[in-house]
Order: sequence, then C-alpha cells, then structure tokens
Amino acid sequence: MRHTLSIVVADQPGELSRIVGLFSARGFNIETLSVGQTNAPEWSRVTVVTRGDDRTIEQIVKQCSRLARVREVLDVTMQPHIEREMALIDVEATAGERRQEVLSLVGVFRAKVVDISQTGMIIEASGNKEKVEAFIELLRPMGIRDITRTGCIAIGRISTVNGAMPVAEEDLAQAVSS
Amino acid sequence: MSAQPKTLSPADQLKLADTIPEPRGAEILIEALLHEGVDSIFGYPGGAVLHIYDELWRYRDRITHYLVRHEQGAVHMAEGYARASGRVGVALVTSGPGATNAMTGIANAYMDSTPIVVITGQVPTPLIGTDAFQEVDTVGITRSCVKHNYLVRDVRDLAAIVHEAFHLARTGRPGPIVIDIPKDVSAARTSYSSLKNISFPLVERKWAPEPRALAEAAAAVMKAERPVMYVGGGIVNSGAAEALLAFAEEFQLPVTPTLMGLGGFPSVHPLCLNMLGMHGTYAANMAVAESDLLIAAGVRFDDRVTGKLATFAPHARVIHIDIDPANVGKNRAPEISLIADAREALTALQTEIKKAGQLYVERSVKRRAVWWERIRGWQLEQPLRFTGSGDQIKPQTVIRELHRLTNGDALIATDVGQHQMWAAQFYPFKRSRQWITSGGLGAMGYGVPAAIGAQLVLGDQMVVAVVGDGGFQMTNQELAMAVQYDLPIKVVIMNNGYLGMVRQWQEMFYERAYSEVDLSVSPDFVKLAEAYGAFGVRATRPDELSDVLSAGLSHKGVAVMDIVVTKEENVFPIVPAGGNSRDMIVHSEGV
Repeated sequence: MRHTLSIVVADQPGELSRIVGLFSARGFNIETLSVGQTNAPEWSRVTVVTRGDDRTIEQIVKQCSRLARVREVLDVTMQPHIEREMALIDVEATAGERRQEVLSLVGVFRAKVVDISQTGMIIEASGNKEKVEAFIELLRPMGIRDITRTGCIAIGRISTVNGAMPVAEEDLAQAVSS
Repeated sequence: MSAQPKTLSPADQLKLADTIPEPRGAEILIEALLHEGVDSIFGYPGGAVLHIYDELWRYRDRITHYLVRHEQGAVHMAEGYARASGRVGVALVTSGPGATNAMTGIANAYMDSTPIVVITGQVPTPLIGTDAFQEVDTVGITRSCVKHNYLVRDVRDLAAIVHEAFHLARTGRPGPIVIDIPKDVSAARTSYSSLKNISFPLVERKWAPEPRALAEAAAAVMKAERPVMYVGGGIVNSGAAEALLAFAEEFQLPVTPTLMGLGGFPSVHPLCLNMLGMHGTYAANMAVAESDLLIAAGVRFDDRVTGKLATFAPHARVIHIDIDPANVGKNRAPEISLIADAREALTALQTEIKKAGQLYVERSVKRRAVWWERIRGWQLEQPLRFTGSGDQIKPQTVIRELHRLTNGDALIATDVGQHQMWAAQFYPFKRSRQWITSGGLGAMGYGVPAAIGAQLVLGDQMVVAVVGDGGFQMTNQELAMAVQYDLPIKVVIMNNGYLGMVRQWQEMFYERAYSEVDLSVSPDFVKLAEAYGAFGVRATRPDELSDVLSAGLSHKGVAVMDIVVTKEENVFPIVPAGGNSRDMIVHSEGV
C-alpha cells in the first residue's frame, strides 16, 4: 500500500542524506520526496511517499525515529490529511485550435499558464497525485516537451463537515467552495 | 574562572580575558573529554590531527594516549575497553586513510551496540570537497554504521558536540559516534562552553514498559507450559544480569543466551541451556523449537540465531523486551512488546507476576516440571561433545584446558571463526563482560586489539585473546603496542593452518572444494612473538598442551601460545544457514 510519511528533522547539513541513506541501506523504496522548512525554522519537514506492507511501514517509521535529529515520524496516511503535488508542464500549443484545447483543459483542472511562446505553453498544475496524473495524460496527445514534478507534501486536516472530519478531499473542496 | 576575586570590575575582567588567550579547539576537545571522564585514548596521529596531538602532549599527565599500529586496532581497542568496563571507549585517528582504516571497528561497534566515540581529523574546512590530500567524506562513509556522526564546522559547537556524543553513545541502545574535526576547527580559538550551550535541537527519548503490556506479559509467563528465555547482548549492556538471574530463578525458567549474551547468565547454572542458534546446543535449539513462550530480552532475532525465520520457535508466543523499538517486529513480530531497558523491564515484569500471589507462582512453576524433564532429556541425549585424539590436539580441549588453568575467571576475547564458536561452547562464563567477541559484523582481527583494550581496564587480571591463525594475522602488529605499554595479554592461537570456518562450510556444503583456505604458510608465531618482544611458546602434541598453556598464562608479560590443533575439525552442532532446528547436524558422521 502507498503511504505518505511526514518526518520532522533538524534543519542541519547532512540530515536529509541520513534519511535517504537509511531508505536505500535498508531496501525501502522512495516514490516521491520533498523537503521544506516547518513553522519553526530549526526544523524541516521531509515528506516521503513509499510503498510497503504494514510491517515494512512500521520498520520505516521506527528506523527513521531512531535517527538522533529526527523529532517525529508520522504516517499521515492513517489520518485525515491533504496531499498536494505540483507539476510544471511544457506542452506544444501552437496558436489556434491547439492552444484553445490546452487552455480549456487548464480551465477544467484549475491549472495555470505561467509561460507562453508561439509554439507552446508552460502550465503549472497542482493537486493530489491522481489529479496531476490525469491532467498530464490528457495533455499528452498535444505533445508534452518536458515535465518537472515535485514530490508530494501533506498536512493534517483541521476542518470538519457537520462536526466530523470529511473523509474524501472532494467533500472538503465542496465545503470550502460552497 | 571561579578562582577570580569577585571584586574585579567588568572592565578589569575584560582586560584579564584579553591577556589569557582563549583555548583552541584541540584543547577544548581534551577538556570536554576529561569532563566526560576519559583517561585513555587509543589512536594514531596524522596531519589533520596535529593540533590535537599537540594538546595531548600538554595533557599527557591527565590523559593517556596509546599509540596503536593500525587504526582498526585503535577502534577495536576502544571497543574492548568499552565492553570490559561499561564505559565509553575513545579512539582518535587522522583524516582519509585514518578514517577508512577505522571503518571496520566502527561498523563492528554498531552491529554489537558498543558505546564508543571515534574522533577523526578532517582537512581544513576551506579544502573540504576539493579532493584535498587525505580527504574522505568521513561523515558520509560512516553514516550507515554509526548511531550518529558530526562534522564540526564551528569551534563554538565543539564542546557541546563532544558532550552530546558521549550522551548518545551510552544511552538507549549504545553505539558508535563519529566526530569529524577539520584541522582549522581544532586550531580555532573560542571560550570553552559547557553542555548547556547546545546550539542544535536535541531529541530526548525515554522508554518505559507500558503497564498494559506488562500485565499481558505477566499473564503469558504464568500461563506458559513450555517457556524459554532467549537473552542477548542487551542484558550485558543494560547491566541486567542480576535482574535476569532473579527473574529466571524465581519462576524457574530455562535461559539460553546468544553469542553476545554469553556471561549475562552464568553458563553452569542449572537453568542455563547455553548458547542457541547456528552453533548452539541441541537442548537450547530444541527447547526454543518446542517452546510455547519465548521471553526474548535484549536480542534482535539475528539470522545466526533464528535460521529460517518462519520456522523459528513456530509454536511460541513472543514477549520481546528491547530498548530499541526498531528491533521489535523487525524480524519476528512479537505478541507482546516491552520497549524498555532490559533490567528495568525484567524487574518490573517480575514484580507484576508476583502480584498474582505466591501460590499462583508456585503452581505455575510446578506445572513446568514436565517441560524441564524434556529439556533434561535433550541435554542428556546430545550434550556438547567431540572426539578425542591421542596424537593431535583437539581445539575443544584447548578451551577446556584454558578454562581449567584460569579457574574460569579469565576475560576471554576472540576473533571470528571456529575458535570463536569453540570458546563460546566450551568456556563456561561466570559473569557479564567476561566475554568479548565480534558478533554481528564477524570481524576477523578483533581478538587481539579487543583484548588489549580490555586489559587496560582489568589491570593485572587475566585477559586471554583466543584467535585463529587467520584472524591473528590481520591485527597481530598490535602485539608491539601491548609490549610497549606493558598490557600483558595472553594470546592463544588455535593454529590449524586453514581458514577453518570457511573450510568447514566448503567441506560440508561445497563438496570439499577447499578454495583458497590454505594457510599452511604462515610465519613462525613463536618467533613472531619474540620479534615483537613478547614471549612465545608452541604445543603440537596433546601431552604438551597443559605445560605450554601454563607457561604462557603464567608469563608476566605479553605471551603468545601457538597451539597446533587438528587441521580439519568441525564445529558441531551446526544448523545450516537458512535451516531450522530439525536440520541441526549434531556431530560428524563416522568420526
């Protein structure tokens, strides 16, 4: 099963490589990885998406927790949370019908055009993994020239719908937009 | 500072501070080491640590540096020192090759959870990353086999790092810490700052057994019909030997120590089944295979113990006591886990069980009489044994004789291989820290330097390094160091002219294709000992054994006993790798 782990580690040189090194040394897999500061500047958050059965995930959590500069390891998959990743997509879109079609997809996916030329556009898209991938698949026939994707980031939920945490992200999107 | 008169005005204080130069990094390092109670360092100098060695010279009355002959020896000595004393061992090496030579020792300490601090020199900070002379990325290459490591970038962090390093090395599951100090950092000056000035986030971890798990464990122990205690290095590290003895005696539980746990429970105790695992006793392995409850304390379900994991203790529920949460559930998922110090957990569990009342405890002990009968049966059926010989010295006899001549009191350090297993099987241990061996990493060359480190702790008590002719040749140069500092270790070489353990596997599992195990051309070990200024003596016939061992053991200084043993002797029992107790081969056929 796919798990998203949130690891809070001291923001010091070499700490990220400790975590990454641990994954490779113990044969754990990394699907995506992203790192950034937390609210407290001395701590960074490393978000790792990995796959494994419950035993493997438990081992990963425990092994990461063992590192001296790791403060907290959370398997956010197990709780209501929001996941996002971002993609920058360089797609062929010559003026005319092609460009219009790309633009309509951009609209549907609430993506953004961040650069444009005679022959193409660079589009910024964000969302959960499925949304970003669906968007890329729809753009693919237009001719994608390059893609840069971030790893996944995640954060625990704070909102409630009718007093309970919404289960699916779509519920929340509706709750927020309505 | 405290000696200054309080009447000094701030301005005068400033003036005074100006006249006394602030200490340089090297001095701060030594002060911090002294603060941690360090009185001995094993090391080897080089360019990147020259400032540190300069300070060591100035501090030579307060801290003794032992000059080794190879950096691997320095780290193994620090390990031997740590294992014999329970304190943190310290090694100091230079950058580049100094650090890479130290790697084996660092990895060894990591696998066996030995608390050591290894200080490595590094090229000056402006040169880091330029492929400078004697530069390696020490922090990078040691990362996967240290508990933690540091590259000191700012001299102001140095003292705090040293203090934290010692704290990390000895707390929780102990392990090696590497502090990499660039040359310019050891030269830079600042004021000495104490532990309070830690400038980075320190994560504190405390573990205690959960009350619910304790209650469950207590019930499981009382209900068990066929319990076995499987105890390891964690017993030794946590000083749990007494607690374990009290626990096992109160509930009359059979105890089987791992290779690392030897000495944690007295070998000759009626409750002791002796070692389990690949070369464990028949009784220990059968008891584990048939058990319905495994009380695993300070162990990690290592493959040399379990064999095929799926068939290890197949009928048993498992209570796993360990200080390292990552050890629990890593190989075998336990039914009950107690994440705690082994000593604390065993004591707490004993108290918990006794809550049920004396009558209940007695009844549960009585119920196990049947189980004990079966165990006694296995012990009688297949005791450890070997075939004697009239014209060759049997390696097992060497250990038995060594045991007799040392009254079972000697500290035994070993290398890795057949001799190690024979020593584990045939030298009964009385106490924790009497047995020092390379378990997890299986590093040949460990025995001699580890014995030297232990000898430093034990003073004039007997320390014997039992080694093979292979491993001895990996680190025998440290004999020079032992002679230089008058650390009178006794070395017993079980000389069979082979890399014996590999040869045994080739004999048993590779159709006797003895590929590259022939060591028949070795130096004359007696002459070698003499060349180092040590005493050397040899036995080749059984009737010489006793006198030769006596002569070596009673020699005042460093002694090497070259015991020429049966060339093709095998270690039994053996559970072939990946097998289980049913595959156990108890003795060789036809011999």
